[in-house]
Amino acid sequence: MAIREFQVDLLRDAVERMCGPAACDMPEDVRQAMEEAARIEDGPNARSVLAELLDNYQIAATERIPVCQDTGMVVIFLDVGLDVHFNGDPYQAINEGVRRGYRDSSLRMSIVGDPLRRVNTGDNTPALVSVRLVPGDRVTLTFMAKGFGSENTSRLAMLRPADGLEGVRRFVLDTAAKAGPNACPPIVVGVGIGGSFDQVALAAKRALSRDTGQAHSDPFYADFERSLLEDINKTGVGPQGLGGRTTALSVAIEVLPTHIAALPVACNINCHVARHMKEVL
Amino acid sequence: MAGPGFISLEAPFDETKARSLRSGDRILLSGTVYTLRDAGHKRLIELLNRGEEPPFPLQDAVIYYVGPSPATGGRAIGSAGPTTASRMDPYTPQLLERGLRGMIGKGYRDASVIEAMKRMGAVYFAATGGAGALLSRTILQAEVIAWEDLGTEALRRLTIREMPLTVIIDSQGRNLYEDGPRAWRETQGDENG
Repeated sequence: MAIREFQVDLLRDAVERMCGPAACDMPEDVRQAMEEAARIEDGPNARSVLAELLDNYQIAATERIPVCQDTGMVVIFLDVGLDVHFNGDPYQAINEGVRRGYRDSSLRMSIVGDPLRRVNTGDNTPALVSVRLVPGDRVTLTFMAKGFGSENTSRLAMLRPADGLEGVRRFVLDTAAKAGPNACPPIVVGVGIGGSFDQVALAAKRALSRDTGQAHSDPFYADFERSLLEDINKTGVGPQGLGGRTTALSVAIEVLPTHIAALPVACNINCHVARHMKEVL
Repeated sequence: MAGPGFISLEAPFDETKARSLRSGDRILLSGTVYTLRDAGHKRLIELLNRGEEPPFPLQDAVIYYVGPSPATGGRAIGSAGPTTASRMDPYTPQLLERGLRGMIGKGYRDASVIEAMKRMGAVYFAATGGAGALLSRTILQAEVIAWEDLGTEALRRLTIREMPLTVIIDSQGRNLYEDGPRAWRETQGDENG
């Protein structure tokens, strides 16, 4: 198969195009989940919170102002076809796209270049980029602008194989309950199971890029997702932690093969401002 | 925005007013508040520890934990919802001792903050997290008054009108983050234990 010469400017331009709309227009899947939540919610505080959040989506979209002031850290998943050759540095191209997109749409610059010295980089770079090689000559770009109020409530555990499915359930429920109002519920829950200490966290993050309501392709895990969502929504945390039915909008699981000694689990929490986009280049 | 069941309140306000507010009260807050989050709190505490005067009067002040997005289209400010308050907990008791009366944020506070709130007579409000566009409309003026180099984390004086808030923790330590979910669970009966 012929090698495709891939202009990295395509990546830069795609990222630049995504930043503004990601911040101002909630994805259709999230909006629908929130509207459904507002229909079935019975907590009095919860009902007014959900109404406010739906109003907020409308204001943001019409007035071109970010839905949330935390316009996030850019997380990119790049699935690169084996027959692709980049004509330049894709990491630099992505960061240039972030730089232009965040500046041109007047988004918040939220990144410090060093975790302890803490000086703001001023252009929201760098993005967090994870690359996976896949067959073909296309590049699939998954873009998330991840807020960190919710990120800070995420957790990882190395369970014992004997802990099994119920152990994973307890860990996810405990994480969602402890996150409480800090994570800006209604939340979206990404769960990674398997792999290793490092890979399980990435699997949980990747799970967050899935549309809310889109079930796992394996019926066993699709059932587990539904049952975890029901359990989380019995905690009563509710929208903004004020009490109610809607603590989470969806649960997405990603699994990985793992070692005979291990049952890693990671729970990555997203808020209701679950910005995610995908484009095939 | 204004509806039944809302209490109108003007910031700054005094201890007597603070002690009259109850966990669960819905508030429309107007007046002057100051924005401060992680990096700004660190600077304020360092300055107080050196014995210098703060850049704004702490007595009866209300701090809004927010790092706004840039202002556009003739607005006073960009998207401006609350950030997680617990990151400010290490600094907060000292500010309450100096007269801080109210805090606007979202999320839990630790025991040392709640204890200082009870002792000094202060109140913790939540604004709706993730409602930055809606809350932006209630901010009429925004002016950076210190630490401009911190960008979004600079200290700003805001003039606000009818910002919708909920009293989460009152001066007696009652906490809606405990009472609200418990009340909902009780309405669900045995089904949800």
